[in-house]
Amino acid sequence: MSAAQSDLDFGVSSFSLVTMIWPRRFQLLIVTFSLFLFAPGYAAQVQEFILDNGLKVLLLEDHKSPAVTFQVWYRVGGRNEKDGKSGLAHFLEHMIFKGTPTTGPEEYSRIIAKNGGRSNAFTSSDMTVYFATMSRDKIHLQLELEADRMTHALLGEKYFEPEKLVIQEERRLRTEDNPGSALYEIAASVAYTIHPYRRPVVGWMQDILSLTRQDLVDFYKLYYAPNNAVIVMVGDFSTAEVLPRIRAAYGKIPRGAEPPKLTLVEPPQRGEKRIVLKKEAELPLLMMFYHAPNLHNPDSFALDLLSVLLAGGKSSRLYQELVYRKRSVRGIDADYSNVSIDATGFAISAQLLPGAELASVERQIESQLDKVKSELVHQRELQKAKNQIEAAFIFAQDSIFGQAMKIGYYEMVGDWRLVDSYLANMRKVTREDLRRVAQKYLQQDNRTVGTLIPTKAKAQ
Amino acid sequence: MTSKLIALLLFSVLAQAVPSHGAMVAKRTVLGNGLVLLTSEQRALPMVSIELLIDAGARQESGERAGLAHLTSKLLTDGTAKRSALQISETLDFIGASLNTGCGDDLATISMTILKKDLGVGLQLLAEILTGASFPAAEIDRQKQAILGSIQAKEEDPGTVAGEAFAAALFPGSPYGRPVEGTAVTLKQLDRKSVQEFFQRYYRPNRTIMAVVGDVSEQEIAAALNQVFVRWAQGDPGKPFLPPANLGTARTLHIKKELTQANIILGHGGVPRGHQDYYALLVMNYILGGGGFSSRAMDSIRNERGLAYSVYSYFSAEKSHGTFQFVMQTKNDSANEAIRLAQAEIRRMRDELVSEAELNDAKNYLIGSFPLRFDTNGKVAAFLGQLEFYELGLDYPERYADLIRKVDRAEVQRVARAHLNPDKLMTVIVGNQQKITGQ
Repeated sequence: MSAAQSDLDFGVSSFSLVTMIWPRRFQLLIVTFSLFLFAPGYAAQVQEFILDNGLKVLLLEDHKSPAVTFQVWYRVGGRNEKDGKSGLAHFLEHMIFKGTPTTGPEEYSRIIAKNGGRSNAFTSSDMTVYFATMSRDKIHLQLELEADRMTHALLGEKYFEPEKLVIQEERRLRTEDNPGSALYEIAASVAYTIHPYRRPVVGWMQDILSLTRQDLVDFYKLYYAPNNAVIVMVGDFSTAEVLPRIRAAYGKIPRGAEPPKLTLVEPPQRGEKRIVLKKEAELPLLMMFYHAPNLHNPDSFALDLLSVLLAGGKSSRLYQELVYRKRSVRGIDADYSNVSIDATGFAISAQLLPGAELASVERQIESQLDKVKSELVHQRELQKAKNQIEAAFIFAQDSIFGQAMKIGYYEMVGDWRLVDSYLANMRKVTREDLRRVAQKYLQQDNRTVGTLIPTKAKAQ
Repeated sequence: MTSKLIALLLFSVLAQAVPSHGAMVAKRTVLGNGLVLLTSEQRALPMVSIELLIDAGARQESGERAGLAHLTSKLLTDGTAKRSALQISETLDFIGASLNTGCGDDLATISMTILKKDLGVGLQLLAEILTGASFPAAEIDRQKQAILGSIQAKEEDPGTVAGEAFAAALFPGSPYGRPVEGTAVTLKQLDRKSVQEFFQRYYRPNRTIMAVVGDVSEQEIAAALNQVFVRWAQGDPGKPFLPPANLGTARTLHIKKELTQANIILGHGGVPRGHQDYYALLVMNYILGGGGFSSRAMDSIRNERGLAYSVYSYFSAEKSHGTFQFVMQTKNDSANEAIRLAQAEIRRMRDELVSEAELNDAKNYLIGSFPLRFDTNGKVAAFLGQLEFYELGLDYPERYADLIRKVDRAEVQRVARAHLNPDKLMTVIVGNQQKITGQ
């Protein structure tokens, strides 16, 4: 057991999973702040090309290390599913790895690996993304394999039922036996009335069981096409060399039918909702989810700063009050992930220390929220939050994968150029803005409170 | 500030520069106080990543005082002679820097990420901590309460529960078999005096490796450290790293939890990092269960039968000892089938030669993906620290490919026979035992 020592060559880190479902808008007890940030002028270095078939290509050269990340982003996720078919986008992502007429089942992963690359994919509510990071002299393999499976995936019948079992295991591992995820899932299902963000991306167990191969085939035909995809490539390559390769591999893929454009508006919440989950766990959890706008609303910059001021670092307000002074929680997080297609949420979550009471923790949080609603924050405190965001922006550029992720995220929810105005808009936020957005969004009537009450296993 | 730093005398006992993979050019220096400094200048971004490895891990503590090393490391940022816990976090947050401490069996670690313009502030704070952490009584009380909470919270993570049970069963009576946090009982007995003594004795520059990667030169950083660490005096040298005295006998442990899945670990002792078979084991394990979708474990248990989402194996190679672990989760009533399949795959590694294709794929991945491990400053810093701790040398990146390349099929089978023992697997199963046993 060596928490602080990671192995040099072996280790869990070298194994990769095909699927990551990153629970949106909620990362329990990871005290961090939004990293989706860019400085003015940054995006100017990104080059955009659009092929005749509608495929958008975003290239950013970064020659820090001899590696390249190549990603294909599809504008489809849990958001595009229908009730009763939850988990479809994610199931399809798994089946995409089962081969094409020219690549055998799971051969994609093997080809990338034996060429020294690391590959993976993930599905979220808004998008499905396939990616690999490889050395600059090998990245063309990933480029070509992704072109092949954009339209030629076989989704083989033979592999459908075993993969359904795998996905059930994934759901058990990540949601059913994980108290934080289980609470988020049930709270989201209550917080939204009509919007698909109320459904888990992995799918409800019953829905997973009832999905058919034909569901996957139809979904694939509808959404996997060059005009519904974006290539993001960041790293040590030359645009002059790479662009012709992309044109050669992807230019011949025919444009698909336009996928349906969904207009999904969650009606305003008119009164607090509460949900209690009782399951095997050790410590109670609390989450307070307030509906909040995404980055297309100018209020989002102030909300982002507010999340940092409340829970970004050990000197933040909620940490100081609940973790440090009151000693009522193990950790506390304020998560506001505004890079989403539709309106999102501002979620405060905490795991209680033994002996603490849910009701009193809730009051402690509310009293801190009341403060930012009634009093202006200190000028230095606001500056601190801005400094944290600016520093995080620099640190985030250290990783080519991280940079590609951000470009892709912004593009999926609107336009990668939005990254350019982010820091400038954030810098303009005033103390009055913080108070105003706290008053406007962090209201009791606008929230869902979820609590997890631990039950102990009966003697077996 | 820079000119002043450069003007300072540099104590450089040993320095070497090695051109290595990609942009990673590293230098090694031993400062006058014995601190081993590893640097790699990376000018692309105005930031610096720092990693300290200190010979102050849990191996230093007795069983009665389990948790002392961990508690000490947790308290490092909770007060110095000049600053309170809040002042420390205010300082860091105001410049957007991160400073995290950690503690393992062998090493305590401190990691910092900071903007170049604030490096002086960061080094000053590091020096204050390392020479004058004050361990206020109220903070000790607070940390002990928080750690008690963590000990309880760990019970919610079945993978952690299984891992701790495995280590305890395999290394009875050894610090390597104990969780670094200690237990509710041992934690209660730890007081300020024991923490202070532990800190004074083990947090010493001649027991410390420091890796600094980013927008700073070796000269700048060495000069700055000679200045800020001027009061950090040498202490006792580190003692040899000794393997656990006893290995537990193989058996099966059932741990009851109301879960939908059985969390399973099969394994036994392994090899230390310096073992001559290490590289052949890397190749062998890649084929068995380390290679993600290229591994036999994934093929058999996940792809063919849909029994698991996550299944993998690894050799954890520490300074003095190691383990082999085969890890998976499957619905409770498939546990026994999955275990049988795992045993069969382990046995097959010994009984049959791997194919030429499997061998080549494994070697190509291990060699080809090597540079991807150092694609951020933080990863380079962590890697440099490990090179020093495991005595691999700064030319390791140059030598690595050959170490892998020379492994052949017979060698893979030889190390499988030497280091895999399917008949003596310690087996831990956390889950709903009624469903697992089918009774």
